[in-house]
Amino acid sequence: MLRLHYNLEKISMGLVAAIIVAASIGGLVEIAPLFTIDETVELPDDLRPHTPLELAGREIYIREGCYACHSQMVRSLADELDRYGPYSLAAESAYDHPMLWGSKRTGPDLARLGGKYSDDWHVAHLIDPRSVVPASIMPSYPWLTRPLDTDLLSDSLATLARLGVPYDQGMIAAVEADALAQSRPDSDVVDGFQERYGEQPAIRAFDGNPSRLTEMDAVVAYLQSLGTLTDAPYRILAEGSQ
Amino acid sequence: MTSTLTVSERHVGLLLSILLALMGFAMAAAARHGVMAVHGFMAVGLGMALAFVLGGALYDPEPSADRLRRYYDAPTRFGIVMTLIWAMIGMGVGVWVAALLYWPEGTPLWPATSFGRLRPVHTTGIIFGFGGNALIATSFHVLQRTSRARLAGSISPWIVLIGFNLFCAWAVTGYLMGSTQSKEYAEAEWYADLWLVVVWVTYFILYIRTLARRAEPHIYVANWYYMAFILVVAMLHIVNNLALPVRWTTAESFPIWSGVQDAMVQWWYGHNAVAFFLTAGFLGMLYYFLPVRSGRPIWSYRLSIVSFWGITFFYIWVGSHHLHYTALPYWAQTLGMTFSVMLLVPSWASAGNAIATLNGAWHKVRDDATLRFMFVAAVFYGLSTFEGSFLAIRPVNSLSHYTDWTVGHVHSGTLGWVAMIVFGAIYTLVPQLNGKTEMASPRAVEWHFWLAVAGTLIYVVSMWNAGITQGLMWRAYDANGALSYSFVQSVEAMAPFYLLRTIGGALFLTGAVVCAWNCRATMRGAAGHATDRPLVAQPAE
Repeated sequence: MLRLHYNLEKISMGLVAAIIVAASIGGLVEIAPLFTIDETVELPDDLRPHTPLELAGREIYIREGCYACHSQMVRSLADELDRYGPYSLAAESAYDHPMLWGSKRTGPDLARLGGKYSDDWHVAHLIDPRSVVPASIMPSYPWLTRPLDTDLLSDSLATLARLGVPYDQGMIAAVEADALAQSRPDSDVVDGFQERYGEQPAIRAFDGNPSRLTEMDAVVAYLQSLGTLTDAPYRILAEGSQ
Repeated sequence: MTSTLTVSERHVGLLLSILLALMGFAMAAAARHGVMAVHGFMAVGLGMALAFVLGGALYDPEPSADRLRRYYDAPTRFGIVMTLIWAMIGMGVGVWVAALLYWPEGTPLWPATSFGRLRPVHTTGIIFGFGGNALIATSFHVLQRTSRARLAGSISPWIVLIGFNLFCAWAVTGYLMGSTQSKEYAEAEWYADLWLVVVWVTYFILYIRTLARRAEPHIYVANWYYMAFILVVAMLHIVNNLALPVRWTTAESFPIWSGVQDAMVQWWYGHNAVAFFLTAGFLGMLYYFLPVRSGRPIWSYRLSIVSFWGITFFYIWVGSHHLHYTALPYWAQTLGMTFSVMLLVPSWASAGNAIATLNGAWHKVRDDATLRFMFVAAVFYGLSTFEGSFLAIRPVNSLSHYTDWTVGHVHSGTLGWVAMIVFGAIYTLVPQLNGKTEMASPRAVEWHFWLAVAGTLIYVVSMWNAGITQGLMWRAYDANGALSYSFVQSVEAMAPFYLLRTIGGALFLTGAVVCAWNCRATMRGAAGHATDRPLVAQPAE
């Protein structure tokens, strides 16, 4: 063996080839099967993708680096189930490009955040976290009250559709109307929105003002959608406890 | 820089600078607004500045012909300067974000200065800016010395260094403007990623071509590590960053991976960025500068073979230990855990080999702060790899994951190992490349050493305590079977630890500033050429 290596280290391209082979095996064994084994991700029937407004909120969540301090992955540990709710399923993030499972909990996990607090609480908390949680060390985000830029939304949906997220042509065409509709409960565009995205997504003036579409609307809509895209985690946990 | 290039090389450089400016102009014109336009103008500015420098010196006298009989050290010197600049940026922002966790109001209420945007500036600034420049600069030095050959090209080293720094500058300014892919340690957007691929291919070709010129039959161990660093980082970077831009004229994009596959790819990348960026390349540095500085040969050649291939083969499996108890299939988690534990063998083989090399030179470790930096680096390498294997064990991970223990572990590696070996290499190189026998102020090196050690220990110990406290508070139940603590109580409990870690980080930063000042003083009034052994005569080309 030593002799072999003694000769190998005289040939630069031999070393290059050996390094590439040695460093490829592990990744191939662990990653390739994830794309081929059906059990990796079992998509529940009721799973929905994010609405345009929620998607815009998700992009703001990414832009501000929220994922650096908040995970979105409840592990299958007793205390996490008691603190946050049912453990996360692979299917829940199947449409997430990229996933936002996170790696650090400077703040709490957000995978089951949807519906836990009121919209007003979220707005107050994002503008000044210490006004509602005095011991919080979260940054303030007062600039989220500015108008939402919807310029990239339709291309975003189209790009995600190319990557396999179930957005159809109608959704891509109506994207701006749908973003507006979700934050204006009394408007006449709501019917079309519900036709495309169903009854499940909440339709509210998330920032408290139906006349303006703001970044706050988008972020709160996204936060309220977390953990509500499918009921599967709750069903599986209930079945398991019977 | 220009005085080391021939007139025809200056012409090529001028052409490339103009091309860079044109590329930037095309980017800015296509994007018209937003982050990509700003980045386009940055490229225009850089290209024009380079064109002015080269154009102004276009017909200066040719460099002397005997330069070909010496090593090409100008790129290394430039790389060291960039390393020190990025050290101060990256560590400065690091101390700032650390302070924000104790004092959240300690930042102007602007989007660009909020924690979430500053944090990747810290990580990218340190990993790529500080670490990357140090790796490229030292690799050029080590490659030439161990091959006894001059770099195979006068322009490509500058393409690598300047191109790489443009990538870093694009990345961190992008985050401040809100442009990020959110993938940790791979936050830069798609065009910056493509640019890095171009830079990296140039780097690889330069490396292989220089190796082909070598006057020594054997390729020295340090070069195996640098090659593994170059090759595997390319592989990781390309696969993890595959993305579809929303439009070709905007920075926004969506990664092609989603959900659980994205998580696996991301941590395959993330942990091997630690392995092949923050470990392999720096082991290359260790295998060269430790023997050189201590005047002792590497203790065991066989052990270095075992540890090199062990690290190259085992590391790539371990990324899934970041995903214990998650929705990743159980078998993948188990593989990650198993290989993480096995990885301790080659890791300790390297650390042990380094420490055993110092046998017979312990009096030098006592007297020479530079060698002491390298010794401490080897010790922290051993400690943090042990800790890493330990934290990867599933039940341990259930406590440590998501807590500040992980942050402490990372910093024991980056402050205690990576930064220490970089400073050891810098203090060896800077006097040598500037024709001096020692740094301008040896006392400042001593001060830096103790500031760095104290800073690292305060940081790491406070984060251990923080992490274990958090983990235990999150899982504590009271007698009635209810959770004992709300989440925010665990946040409150962190305050003293977050204050201590800020102080530890500030001490480390102070040391780095002292280092930069000392290097500047040494580089000023540089006398002549490198003082190490001369290059053997090259056959005529």
